[in-house]
Amino acid sequence: MSAVAVDLETILSSGIRLAAPLAFAACGEYIAERAGTLNVSVEAMMLSAAFGSIAVADLTGSATAGLLAGVLLGVLVGAAHGALSHRWQVNTFVVGLVLNALVLGLTSYLITVGDPGRHQVAQLSVPGLRDLPVLGAPLFVERWPVYLLIALVPLAWWLVERSRWGLELRAVGENPEAADMTGIRVNLRRRQALLWCGALAGLGGAHLAVGEVGSFNQNMTAGRGYLVIAAVIFGGWRLGRTLAGCALFGLADALRLALPALGHTVNSQLLISAPYLLALLAMLMFTTRQRRPGALAQPFGRAP
Amino acid sequence: MTRTGLWPSVAIIAAAVILPSLLIAVTGGSPVAALQALVQGGLGDATAVSQTLLYAAPLLLVAVGACCSARSGAFNIGQEGQVLIGALAGAAAGLRLAVPGPALLLVVLLAAALAAGVWAWLSALMNRLRGVDIAVSTLLMTFLAQQLVAFAVTTPWLLQESRLGDAAALPQSNKLPARTLLASLGDSPGLQLNLGLAVSLGIALLVAVALDRTRWGFRLTMAGLNPAAARHAGVPVAAVSGLALAVSGALAGMAGAVLLASPLSTNRLQPDISINIGWDGLLVALIARNRPLLTIPVAVLFATLRAGGSFLAATGVPSYLVDVVKALLTLAFVAPAVMRRRTVAA
Repeated sequence: MSAVAVDLETILSSGIRLAAPLAFAACGEYIAERAGTLNVSVEAMMLSAAFGSIAVADLTGSATAGLLAGVLLGVLVGAAHGALSHRWQVNTFVVGLVLNALVLGLTSYLITVGDPGRHQVAQLSVPGLRDLPVLGAPLFVERWPVYLLIALVPLAWWLVERSRWGLELRAVGENPEAADMTGIRVNLRRRQALLWCGALAGLGGAHLAVGEVGSFNQNMTAGRGYLVIAAVIFGGWRLGRTLAGCALFGLADALRLALPALGHTVNSQLLISAPYLLALLAMLMFTTRQRRPGALAQPFGRAP
Repeated sequence: MTRTGLWPSVAIIAAAVILPSLLIAVTGGSPVAALQALVQGGLGDATAVSQTLLYAAPLLLVAVGACCSARSGAFNIGQEGQVLIGALAGAAAGLRLAVPGPALLLVVLLAAALAAGVWAWLSALMNRLRGVDIAVSTLLMTFLAQQLVAFAVTTPWLLQESRLGDAAALPQSNKLPARTLLASLGDSPGLQLNLGLAVSLGIALLVAVALDRTRWGFRLTMAGLNPAAARHAGVPVAAVSGLALAVSGALAGMAGAVLLASPLSTNRLQPDISINIGWDGLLVALIARNRPLLTIPVAVLFATLRAGGSFLAATGVPSYLVDVVKALLTLAFVAPAVMRRRTVAA
């Protein structure tokens, strides 16, 4: 293989590894935002799951159990966000930022007092396909949770776009008053959407810890949750484009890490800020604004 | 208050006290010793009080600004980035402008306020032109600000320090000239009151009066409480809340300049110069329910936790515990405030 092909393969592999946790969480954030919750606590979901997965893997000796624990912790954060913002009507940004601060403090504290060591799930490679040139190694030699995306992405799409539950969910996100009139329990739907979001973002965070890295360090997610929010905005609240955004952001990160080693100079600050710039530009320039759920980030309560 | 309205807040306040103690006990520390260290490190002697008050100044500025924007209905959550932009502009002014004497300090503070005010106002502009959520854009712009500062301090022709001999230049700016630093006002034995505190207290009082006693403050509050009614009464809602957002950014920016020019930093622009003051200041405003005068005691409380937190490590308890306490406290104070206004939620 030529040198260029090898470099390309390295960058693609690392890009996909960096994008995978984002993709899981983005599926969840997509569900939550379509229901009208601008869920900032996706960072808390990912971080708590990343820590929990390693801690439980250490306790049980099974990385798969860790992965499941991560999902449960994500659901727990989702339930907390749901109760606070869709039962007690606290501003969703406030809830998100406070939960992020809480989880960051808790996990930093716990990782300082305990040392859970290394735990990683097994690698799975697809025979035959893994030998393809350039694309083989990046796509078909991965830690096994990555392949869950093949099932979960269509599931998230079907849930929102094709199921009856999803129809009600979108109604709740678009026009909660009208949805309420037809007998849909608006805040219940939003809480349910947050539970899905928690499960998927938790899986993303757990995959980052027990899947890709194999250990936990302080503030491990380092703002990936905010990247996910940027991806959903960049994708105009559509799943396909959101995932394309995740892939793009992962690739940008991979380029930032790989190019200096290959002897190129890059402006790393520009590559790090690209996702946020793109999200802002998407909101400013394209028609995605019209695709924004009508009642995004607006609390719902019947007039007293 | 609804019948079910009280118990969650009681539960959360209890959790804010019990959970951290439990955490310490489970991980083998002593909650009593930790509390003692916190109080000792934050309020124990003149040095501790001086340190606490140093932290209180920028926290107060950010929090008072957050009161302005939140009251006008423009919810600004990008203070952390605005602090950084302020520090960036302050460093640029302090290092590049040839202003004679101590007037340079004033220029540094004003440059920081102006730059961060414009930075925050961009969110208001995006909201007006294209309907972009203010909370979302201020949040996203925080990450841009972080990279902007990182870029400035790693680029020799911008603000990176000049190389001395063979030493590699670090990602930081040159040290600010001594005349731009915030001086200490009198040192009665050990107790130092920094000029920064005087500045921020003065501004807090000014904002309190402006919000509660002037036409500007009335129109601002009106725009926040009921934009439609305000519009009917002839209040230019977008302009009023845009200005409030700019003021909140400007005050956060000034907090950045205070951090840069006070003994809390090395008086060099560094990527982590904001030390989470922006995030914390927002929490202070939330606990104070957007009342400027209430932010003063809350800011002092948060500053005590910060100053005391660095003494925790000596008792074997990681100082991250303080972050847990701060987050739980905020939850305890935010939840009941909103629950009282609770409508019949479906």
